[in-house]
Amino acid sequence: MTLLYTEVEEELRTAVRDLLADKAPAAAEGENAAAWHGLARDIGVAGLLAPGEGGSAREAAVVLEELGRAVTPSPFLTSSVLATRVLVDAGYADISRLASGEATAALCVSLAASPYRAVPVAVVDADRAAGQPAVANAAVILEDERVSGRFTGVAGAVGADLFVVPLDGGRVAVVEGDRARVEPVVSLDVTRPLATVTFERAPALVLDGGSVPDALLFAAGLLASEQVGIAEWCLAATVGYLKERRQFARPVGSFQALKHRLADLWLEVAGARAAARNAADQLAAGADARVAVAVAAAHCGEVAVRAAEEALQLHGGIGMTWEHPIHLYLKRAKADAIAFGTPGDHRNALAPLVGLPAPE
Amino acid sequence: MVDATTVRQRAEAFLAGHDPSGLSPLDWLRARFDAGLAWVHFPEGLGGLGAPRDLQGVVEQVFRGTPDNHPGRIGIGLGMAAPTILAYGTEEQKRRFLRPLWTGEEVWCQLFSEPGAGSDLAGLATRAVRDGDEWVVDGQKVWTSSAHHARWGILVARHDPDLPKHRGLTYFVCDMEAPGVEVRPLRQITGEAEFNEVFLTGVRLGDDLRLGEVGEGWRVAQTTLMNERVAIGASGSPRRTMMGVFTEAWQARPELRGHDLHQRALELWVQGEVMRLTGQRLREQLLAGEPGPEGSGMKLLFARHHQEVSALEVEFLREDGLVYDDWTFRRPDGVDFLGRGAGYRYLRAKGNSIEGGTSEILRNIVAERVLGLPAETRTDVAAPWKDLPR
Repeated sequence: MTLLYTEVEEELRTAVRDLLADKAPAAAEGENAAAWHGLARDIGVAGLLAPGEGGSAREAAVVLEELGRAVTPSPFLTSSVLATRVLVDAGYADISRLASGEATAALCVSLAASPYRAVPVAVVDADRAAGQPAVANAAVILEDERVSGRFTGVAGAVGADLFVVPLDGGRVAVVEGDRARVEPVVSLDVTRPLATVTFERAPALVLDGGSVPDALLFAAGLLASEQVGIAEWCLAATVGYLKERRQFARPVGSFQALKHRLADLWLEVAGARAAARNAADQLAAGADARVAVAVAAAHCGEVAVRAAEEALQLHGGIGMTWEHPIHLYLKRAKADAIAFGTPGDHRNALAPLVGLPAPE
Repeated sequence: MVDATTVRQRAEAFLAGHDPSGLSPLDWLRARFDAGLAWVHFPEGLGGLGAPRDLQGVVEQVFRGTPDNHPGRIGIGLGMAAPTILAYGTEEQKRRFLRPLWTGEEVWCQLFSEPGAGSDLAGLATRAVRDGDEWVVDGQKVWTSSAHHARWGILVARHDPDLPKHRGLTYFVCDMEAPGVEVRPLRQITGEAEFNEVFLTGVRLGDDLRLGEVGEGWRVAQTTLMNERVAIGASGSPRRTMMGVFTEAWQARPELRGHDLHQRALELWVQGEVMRLTGQRLREQLLAGEPGPEGSGMKLLFARHHQEVSALEVEFLREDGLVYDDWTFRRPDGVDFLGRGAGYRYLRAKGNSIEGGTSEILRNIVAERVLGLPAETRTDVAAPWKDLPR
């Protein structure tokens, strides 16, 4: 194992970074089809986690660092990481549709779902009679192999070609995108908007298997790398600005009060990089990564938010404007700290794993 | 370039020819030094093989269980004096000092800080006045660990108060047995005295004890301090940690647990693990020959973590936290964080953010050297030292 980046990983980083600089120059709202096609087809990132494609969680983590650094709107996390993980686990035969980047998929769980809490399950018999499940964020399989249900807070749903729907009994259903009703929600993170997804008697392919908690934990571990990218951009942008910005006839970056804040932030980002690399490495190795993921998610989630908040404060008034990209980073960082378990959820999950059981 | 196989063969051949049970520990260590197996990255003839530093591990592996040089007792010699002597010493100085330094025959101490020069080391006031082939040294040094055992000290003194502060300094090896050297213990908040005050009154040092050129003291001292921080930053993760001690107490005393303490304990566990991983990544970078700037930050992390964990432990223990294990005025050989009580850990950890560069100075270093932020406006650099307000 190594916490550094291999040569192949550095090459992948350069390719992704160059492409984003070319195709998605300014951080912007809304999906960028050209950037995604370049990433998926030319660089091949969509298949990094598909079996037999030769990629790994370590490489997916590097892609996420760059997507975080550019706060790029992209289906990579929701489709190529989260949905792909569930579908591979469920033995979905047609995974090449996703791996090639021709199609994207969304897993029908809230972005705020925690890997440590069971997903809601429909009460099958009563719900079947009603035609729609009685609980929110659950689906029911009707007798004619059709699916009904309604899911809130789904990221990557707008424009998805496939939906992966959690069912009872550890099963999932695959539904084609044109059989879902997707209603966008005005979202805090404008670069990763949410939607409500509704199925009414949608034809479905039911697969036995596909662990949603496992996929959420996997995604939480890799999200840490996106958070590292966000934090690194915020730190670098702020350091650069404080060298240029002059007040009181000197660069404000020469004031010790500001230097110490940035030194502390740099230290936290260095720790975040080590923790995120460790989680990616453990996930790539297929080891029991629960501790590594929880540590990375707890630390990196908070560091990305702090970096964005510090960036805003230290930029002063310009940081409050819609025109400057900091707000996109703050919104993404805050949303990421809720996605796949909050830092507190991840810390609490550590308690039994590291010998610090909760009080009676 | 000497490779791992060569180093291993040399060490094994040495061991075959020098049975440790047939020699006194000191004779065995001297022979090991002479065979170039003391510190392999040092030059041949000075205890090394001119090999890459990371091959030291190969040697230590072969020599497991053989007499050691008590590295805890001679840490200042190994970590600070030796690299400085190697970089700036004359051939004669290297031959005279390095061998007994490494074998532990001669303990070294560091005479840098003064009551009036802590973070502002370059402002120090100890005077060295040239007198023929000798220098006469007068002043007071402080925070000198091992001074009461030491044969030699590394000393920075002011040879010319008319020059600006950084340019008027010269670096010496101080003979701790010379007349006029007085060592007094300095009792700390823990009750014991790890450190000393050293009073230098008319101490005469030969010019052959000068390290580097006259006026080059600041540059030489930078080499010493850089090696100190590398040693702190690159040291491996201890098997038993302060967090480990806290976790044992948490498991043993379920009746003391509370929800607030639990949340703080989990935060600190994460902090400790992130620190461990940061250190691991730093060591990987050093081995890959791409030394990362993480080194400057490790000491900051470690100081904060020790302080927060030990503070939580005292609070967690409630009534037991109100008890202290021993206020006896003793002279310990080193810092025994894990062998002492929680109160000692709490008090001694306070020093971690002061010794070897305060956390405030280290933040300045990170901000200026790693992040490249502009230096603070200063008025004390160009003027003659004697004219600075104090």
